[in-house]
Amino acid sequence: MTETALAAPALELTDLEVAYTVRGIDRPVLRGVSLRVDQGATYGLVGESGCGKTTAAFAAMHHLPSNGKVVAGSIRVGGKDVSTLSESEVRRLRSSTVSMVYQNPGSALNPSIRAGDQVAEVFELGGSSHAEAVERAEQMLRKVQISDPAGVMRRFPHQLSGGMQQRVVIAMALGSDPTLLILDEPTTGLDATVEAEVLDLVAGLRGEFNTSVLFISHNLGVIRKMCDTVGVLYAGRLVEEGPTASVFADPRHPYTVGLMRCIPRGGVRKDVDRLDTIPGFLPQLGADLRGCVFADRCALVEDICRTDEPPLYELGGGHESRCHFHERAQDLPHVQVPREEGERAEDGDTPVVTLGSVDKTFHQDGNDIKALKDVSLDIRSGETLGLVGESGSGKTTLARVLLGLTAPDEGSVVELDGTPLPSRITKRTTAHVRAVQIVFQNPDSALNRRFSVRRILLRALYKLAPGGDRESRVHRLVKDVRFDERLLGSRPGQLSGGLKQRVAIARAFAGSPQVVVCDEPTSALDVSVQAAILNLLADLQRDEGVTYLFISHDLGVVRFLSDRIAVLYLGRVMEVGEAETVFAGPHHPYTEALLSAVPTLEGEERTRIKLVGEIPSHAAPPSGCVFHTRCPRFLGDICVNEEPPLADAGGGHLMRCHIPIEDLRRMQAEGAPT
Amino acid sequence: MSDLAPPRDVGVLVMPPPSPESETVRARRERIRLLMRSKTFLAGAIIVGIWVFCAVLGEAIAPKDPFVPDILNKLDPPSGQHLMGTDRLGRDVLSRVMVGARDILIVAPLATLLGTVLGTALGLVTGYYRGIVDDVLSRVIEAFLAIPVTITGALALVALGPSRITVIMVIGLVFSPIIARTVRAAVLAERQLDYVAAARLRNERGPYILFGEILPNVMAPILVEFTVRLGYAIFAIATLSFLGFGIQPPAPDWGLQISEAYGFISGGIWWPTLFPALAITSLVIGVTLLSDGLAGAFER
Repeated sequence: MTETALAAPALELTDLEVAYTVRGIDRPVLRGVSLRVDQGATYGLVGESGCGKTTAAFAAMHHLPSNGKVVAGSIRVGGKDVSTLSESEVRRLRSSTVSMVYQNPGSALNPSIRAGDQVAEVFELGGSSHAEAVERAEQMLRKVQISDPAGVMRRFPHQLSGGMQQRVVIAMALGSDPTLLILDEPTTGLDATVEAEVLDLVAGLRGEFNTSVLFISHNLGVIRKMCDTVGVLYAGRLVEEGPTASVFADPRHPYTVGLMRCIPRGGVRKDVDRLDTIPGFLPQLGADLRGCVFADRCALVEDICRTDEPPLYELGGGHESRCHFHERAQDLPHVQVPREEGERAEDGDTPVVTLGSVDKTFHQDGNDIKALKDVSLDIRSGETLGLVGESGSGKTTLARVLLGLTAPDEGSVVELDGTPLPSRITKRTTAHVRAVQIVFQNPDSALNRRFSVRRILLRALYKLAPGGDRESRVHRLVKDVRFDERLLGSRPGQLSGGLKQRVAIARAFAGSPQVVVCDEPTSALDVSVQAAILNLLADLQRDEGVTYLFISHDLGVVRFLSDRIAVLYLGRVMEVGEAETVFAGPHHPYTEALLSAVPTLEGEERTRIKLVGEIPSHAAPPSGCVFHTRCPRFLGDICVNEEPPLADAGGGHLMRCHIPIEDLRRMQAEGAPT
Repeated sequence: MSDLAPPRDVGVLVMPPPSPESETVRARRERIRLLMRSKTFLAGAIIVGIWVFCAVLGEAIAPKDPFVPDILNKLDPPSGQHLMGTDRLGRDVLSRVMVGARDILIVAPLATLLGTVLGTALGLVTGYYRGIVDDVLSRVIEAFLAIPVTITGALALVALGPSRITVIMVIGLVFSPIIARTVRAAVLAERQLDYVAAARLRNERGPYILFGEILPNVMAPILVEFTVRLGYAIFAIATLSFLGFGIQPPAPDWGLQISEAYGFISGGIWWPTLFPALAITSLVIGVTLLSDGLAGAFER
C-alpha cells in the first residue's frame, strides 16, 4: 500500500444512495449517507431494525443483494472507489482489505468443516501453504484468547459455545489482516458476560492490528463503550453524528434523545415510572419522504419539518445534527403513559407459586445432566420474580417445569395456591391450565403464521375462558394490550415485531391467568418497542394483579419490572432477594460479575470483573460450590470441598456463598478483585 | 427468503398498519405471478393441459373410433389416413392414444391423492409424537419401502383382482409411506416452534394440534410432494398395465397398448409401441416440470 493510500480514510461513504428493487419499483434504503471511518478509528453505526445499517455494511463490501443497487454517491475503501473495481479486484478487496463479522456466528461457520480448517482457509487464500496456514490459524486462535486453541482447531462449530464461535469468526476476519473490519451486531446473541469478553477482545485486537472498525449495533451501551465516533441512522439517513462522548452526553436529534430514553436504567421502576417510547412506525421501505425523515414520529415537529429537509447543522467539535430545532432536541417531551391513580393490586405475602426442591435431570448418551438442582422459590401474588443467569443456567427449564411442559424429577414440589400441580400439562385441569400462561421470546414462532389474529385469540378464549360473546371479548382483549382492532384480520407475517408480541400477550391473558411466564419477551425487539412492551406488561400487572416470572438476560429490563430477583447458575439458585437489595449489593460474586459486564450509557469507567472460562458441563458440575471454578472472589479449599448453603443475609436476601456478608460488603466497596 | 435477501432486518418494523384483505390478496397474487413467470411451470402446464383436454373430450375430438376393429387395415404404418398408423386389430393408434389419456388421468391423481392423505396423516403422527409411535411406524415404513413397488402392486392386484379401484388403492397405499417421510421431516421442524407449545399450554387435544395448527403450515411441501408423486404414479400405473395387472382390455390404456404391440417391434412395426410410449413420457415430463415450478414458487 502506498503512502497516499495510508493517509486516506479506511472507509468513506459520500452521499451514498442505495435502493432495492421490489416488485419492479426502486425503493430507496439509504438516502444520501456520508460518513468516514479514519485509519485506526472505530465508528459506531446505531439505529433500529430497518434503518439501513446492514445495507451500508454490505455496500462497503460491494456485496448488495441482487435487487440492490447504488443509485448515487460513492464508496471508497482505502481511497479506492469500490464501484470501479473489477470482479477479481472485488475478490481481493474482500480477501485482504475488508472483513466482516456477522451477527450469528452459528450460521457464519460451515457446520461440516472443522474450525481449524475454516480459519486456515483464510491464510491459504492469502497464499500460505497448507501446513503454514494451519500453524498460523492456531496462532490466530491463541490471539483471540480462545481456551485450548489446539483442541478448538479439531472441533466442529456445533461443539463450540456461542462465545467461542464468535471468537473463531473474529479470528477468520482478522486472518487476512484487514484494514477495515465491519462488525454487524457481533454480540447480539451472546450473554452479557460473553459479550463483555468479546468486546474487550475486539478493543484489544484493534490496537494490536491497527484495524479500523465499523461497528454496527442497536445497543447504545455497546456503542458507547467501543466507539470513538457514532452515527445515528434513521430511515436511511444519518440524522446525527459526532464524537461518542459528545453525542451521548448531549444528543441533539429527537430520535437520538428518544432512543436513549427508551432504555431502562437503574432507578426507573415499574411502580413509579413508565419508560419513554418512540410512538409510530419507521416509514415504509422506499416511502416518498419530503422534509425530515423523523417528522412523523417527532413530538417537536413543526410545519417546516414536513416541507424542508434539515441540513446537517454543525454543532462544533465534529458534532452534527440533522434537525431544524437541534438546540431544543432535549426538550422532547417525555411520553406519558396515562396512568390512573388507583390502588395497586395488593402485593400479598401469600405465595401463589411454590417451588420446593425442584430437580430436573435429563438423560443424554448415558450421562445424567442436572439442569435444575434443588431449586426452592416462592413467587408471591402480584409480584414479578426476575430470573437471571447466563444461557444454560436453567432459567427456561424452570419455566417449563412450572408450565407443565417438562416434568421435574420425583420428589419435586410445584404448588399453585398451596395445592400441588400435576407435573404434566395433560394431567392438569382447565383451571390449572388457564392459571399459568406464557409469553414467548420470539413472537414470530409463537403465533401460528397461517391464522389471523382474530382466530388466534378466539381459539385461546374458547379453550381457556369459554362462554360469553367471544367476539366482543376479543375486542376487549386487544384493547387491553393496545392493539389496533382494525388489524384483527391480519396474519402475524403482516405485523411488526412489537404488534406480534402484543398479540402473544393478549393470548396469554385470554384466560385471566394468575401467573404469566415471560421468557425474554423483549429480546427480539428494538429498544423503542421494548419500552412499549415493558410499559404494557407493567400496566397489565397493575390492572389485573397478575404475577410474573420474568426471564431475561438484560439486567436493566429485569430491574425495571422485577420486585424480587433470583440468580441461577448451573441450575442452582445462587442468590434471591428483593430487586433493589440484589442490585444495591452486597451481591453474590456471580451476580457481581453479571452486573459489571453490562455496558452503560453513561460510559462510566469501572473495572469489569472477568469470569474466566466457560460454564462448566452440567454432566460433571464442579465439586463444592459450583461457581468456584470461575469465582473472582475464590476463598480457598472450603469452596472446592463444601457446597455453601443458601443462607439468609438479612431481610429475606438469600445467598449461596461461603464469604460472610460483611466481608462481601467490604470487598465490593473496595472494588473489583485483582 | 423475501425479495430483499441479506438485510434481514428490513421489513420487520417498517410496516404501518396494513389493510389486511388487500395484503392477503396481494400475497396470493404475488405467488401466482411468480408461477406465471416460471418457464418450467408454464411448459409443464401446457403439456399436462393438452392431455387433460384429450381426456375430457376423448371420442368427441378423436379422428376415428378408438374401439372399432378394422381387420383389413391392421398394422398399417402412419399415413394421411391414420397419422399414427393402426394396431394389430386395425384400430387407429392416434385415437387410442388420445382417449387413453382418460384412464391414466383419472386413476393416477386419485391414487396419488389417496397416498397423500394417508401419508400426511401418518407423517403428522410420527413427526409430532416421536417416541415409540414414531419408532414403530418408521420401521414399518422403512420395511415397506424396501419392497419394490411393482412387485407389491402386482401381488396385491393378483390377490384382489384387477380393476381401476384396486389400482388406485394399491398405488395409494404403496406411496403413502414415501409421502409420510416427507411430511414427517416438515413436521419435525414445525413442532419445535412455540405456537405448538402455546397450543399445548391451552391443553389442546393432539388431533387439533396436528390437523388444526401444524397441517396448514406444512401444506406447501405436501403440495409439491403430491405433484412429484403424481409423475411416479403415472409411470407405476403404466407399468402395471403393461404387465397385465392394471387396467384391462379393451380400454385404450397406454401401458396396455404397449404390451399388446411390443412383440411386433422385431418385425419393424414400431408405431403402435412408440406413440403410447411417447404419450407416457410426455405426461410424466409435464407433471415433473409442473412440480419443479411449484417447488420454485413455494421455496421463496
